Amino acid sequence: MDLRFTPEEIAFRDEVRAFFKTSVPEVVRRKMTEGHHLAKEDFVSWQRILNKRGWATPNWSPEWGGTGWSPVQQYFFLDEMQQAPAPPPLQFGVSMLGPVLIAFGNEKQKKHFLPRIANLDDWWCQGFSEPGAGSDLASLRTSAKRDGDHYVVNGQKTWTTLAQHADWIFCLVRTDPAAKKQEGISFLLIDMKSKGVTVRPIITIDGGHEVNEVFFDDVRVPVENLVGQENKGWDYAKFLLGNERVGIARVGVTKERIRRLKHLARGERDGDRPMIEDQGFRERLASVEIELKALEMTQLRVVASEKNRKDKKPDPASSILKIKGSELQQAVTELAMELVGPYAMPAPDELDEGSNEPPIGPDWAETVAPVYFNWRKISIYGGSNEIQKNIIAKAILGL
Amino acid sequence: MDFDLSEEQQLLKDSVGRLLADHSSFEQRQANRREAEGWSRALWAKYAELGILGLSFEEKHGGLSAGPVETMVVMEALGRALALEPYLATVVLAGGLIRHAGSDAQKSTLVPKIADGSLTLALAHGERQARYELADVATTAKKDGDVWVIDGEKGVVLHGDSADKLIVSARISGSRRDRDGIGLFLVDANASGIVRRGYPTVDGLRAAEIAFTGVRVKADAALGTPGKAFAAIERVVDEAIAALAAESIGVMSVMHEATVEYLKTRKQFGTTIGAFQVLQHRSVDMLIALEQARSMAYYATMMAAEPDAAERRKAMAAAKVQIGRSGKFVGQQAIQLHGGIGMTDEYKVGHYFKRMTMIDTLFGPADHHLRALAATEGLVEA
Ligand SMILES: Cc1cc2nc3c(=O)[nH]c(=O)nc-3n(C[C@H](O)[C@H](O)[C@H](O)COP(=O)(O)OP(=O)(O)OC[C@H]3O[C@@H](n4cnc5c(N)ncnc54)[C@H](O)[C@@H]3O)c2cc1C
Repeated sequence: MDLRFTPEEIAFRDEVRAFFKTSVPEVVRRKMTEGHHLAKEDFVSWQRILNKRGWATPNWSPEWGGTGWSPVQQYFFLDEMQQAPAPPPLQFGVSMLGPVLIAFGNEKQKKHFLPRIANLDDWWCQGFSEPGAGSDLASLRTSAKRDGDHYVVNGQKTWTTLAQHADWIFCLVRTDPAAKKQEGISFLLIDMKSKGVTVRPIITIDGGHEVNEVFFDDVRVPVENLVGQENKGWDYAKFLLGNERVGIARVGVTKERIRRLKHLARGERDGDRPMIEDQGFRERLASVEIELKALEMTQLRVVASEKNRKDKKPDPASSILKIKGSELQQAVTELAMELVGPYAMPAPDELDEGSNEPPIGPDWAETVAPVYFNWRKISIYGGSNEIQKNIIAKAILGL
Repeated sequence: MDFDLSEEQQLLKDSVGRLLADHSSFEQRQANRREAEGWSRALWAKYAELGILGLSFEEKHGGLSAGPVETMVVMEALGRALALEPYLATVVLAGGLIRHAGSDAQKSTLVPKIADGSLTLALAHGERQARYELADVATTAKKDGDVWVIDGEKGVVLHGDSADKLIVSARISGSRRDRDGIGLFLVDANASGIVRRGYPTVDGLRAAEIAFTGVRVKADAALGTPGKAFAAIERVVDEAIAALAAESIGVMSVMHEATVEYLKTRKQFGTTIGAFQVLQHRSVDMLIALEQARSMAYYATMMAAEPDAAERRKAMAAAKVQIGRSGKFVGQQAIQLHGGIGMTDEYKVGHYFKRMTMIDTLFGPADHHLRALAATEGLVEA
């Protein structure tokens, strides 16, 4: 047992840290720091910088453009990126679809789509959830019926993140309505420009437009866009959902938020005293920092155990990471609410960049409440925390 | 970064685990409490045979030159067994002071006796008014020719009743809470002028209130330079916190395992109670609390040998908060999920809960350490 990093690992961390310091476009860094939504171009320009450096798809197998990094290196890469702060490469392509294609796609799909995912030439979105199929995803009803060399797709997806930017959507569709619910599902790639695809925005409680409804009305999809085998889509979906272990806790994000909070708390005053000197605030902050340090260690335990994992099943501890990680990210948004005080209240119309109006209250105040509200999502999506607990109870505790 | 135990560490873990499984089952432990000293000399001799009493001392003095990871392995096993023996008092606390402050001559005479089990020790440091402030020492040591004369009262001295020798802290100069001016002295526990009032603690271990009245010790009884002992005390308390964090993991693991086992066997409403989702989620929450605490025990272990005292203190404060909070949650829920059985003195879970509760108060509970950490720049550096 040696709880220190090797000099090579430290050198690697310093290398990626230096890269993020110099390569993240200033506008992206600033929006991230200040809690603004990123524009499509922000994602694209940043991911192309990463791709040029060969770092857009570190998690992929080297044959398809992965870096072949050790789990510790992967961890450092994500952690440093989160702390920079910089957005991760678009997850729908890089973390979700890419690994599925590499594992289950055919050569043609891999050759065509993977490089385009890496360079963000295609913007992918995830069409899993439906109005009637949330946690119980396998009850999904969007149907795909074979008609010659096409599938004809009908139904509705919802909560589709950033579908408004998307060129493509990967969908779970029901291809065998007679089979048991997990067994009649297929994994289909659909061009968003296809006739019969309609995207409608959903505005969330923070006022933002991040998620959408996507409707399919007799959409014709070439059969060559089926991934793997028909009716095996559930297996691929499970693979996809269990894939992300490293970085799922987003410890680096919370670290960066804490640093920002401390910085702001030095400037914000309560009477004559900066808020950073408020004993209660400091203790609540320290509480979060302690849990975060513990989570960081838990994450490193998972990272270090990757090398011992013989079967390819995801480490059950990743569920712990998700639960604790989401709680801590949310806790930090609550501390920010406490810090901003009454200036949590103004809700100016212009939340986006480019407004010339002077700020109301502190110049960092306007995004605090929206981020607090928006980040409630973290314990809901990707398998809600309740679902994570069901999984742990079953898989780890055997209940 | 590697959390696997080395072959030797694994061997240590296996052999300590086996020893305790064979000789310190819960029933045997309860029987051992009734021995004259409140713990088992026979078991102590077996610890010596296994080598764990000399573990962290240097080889040249008769130890095994092992580090914090080995101490963690042993403490976790002792926690699982809810061990009664004065390992913390003798090896970690008093032994730690000998390691950090003792002279070569002192180490050469004391370490072999600690290692072979013939010498037990206790650290007489805490005083009633000090609560958890380590520098608060009212007990005095005054020079009289070439002897020191010690006067004062020490409270809740862990295993102070059965110890053969005591290491007592006393003020040589300065005012009551000064860091400077504290000395450490090794005294025979039966020396004239010492009155010990031993008692059981709620976790089934032992402690003592000890009064020192005109206790005379020779100059060579001082550990380190008299007046300059504070750094060593602080360091040893930090090592003890790391050790307690590891012990907590053993204690919490047993409570959690017992609870999950109970959920699988106890039936109500025609089904095992583990079928109830609220109890499933509660036991997952216990697991998360336990794993977070385990992570902090590793962190504390990693930081136990950190020479920068401020960094080390922060780490230990954080670890103490985490194990205190996790331990309280896991313990309370272990009792809750067992229902009435959890309340009985006969069943083991309550005893683990009591030990866990006492571990929280030792060297300051979670709230105390949260305040201490909050007074610093915190763990996330600017
Ligand atoms: C901002 C945001 C972005 C999203 N982005 C996408 C996306 O891009 N693509 C996509 O496909 N989906 C996306 N989702 C959907 C997300 O995955 C679902 O919201 C999630 O799976 C929960 O489903 P639901 O909303 O239908 O809630 P429900 O499943 O109806 O759950 C309601 C409540 O019941 C609880 N619950 C449900 N079942 C159980 C159970 N068995 N035991 C205990 N408690 C239970 C849940 O935890 C929750 O608290 C997004 C969601 C949000 C909020």
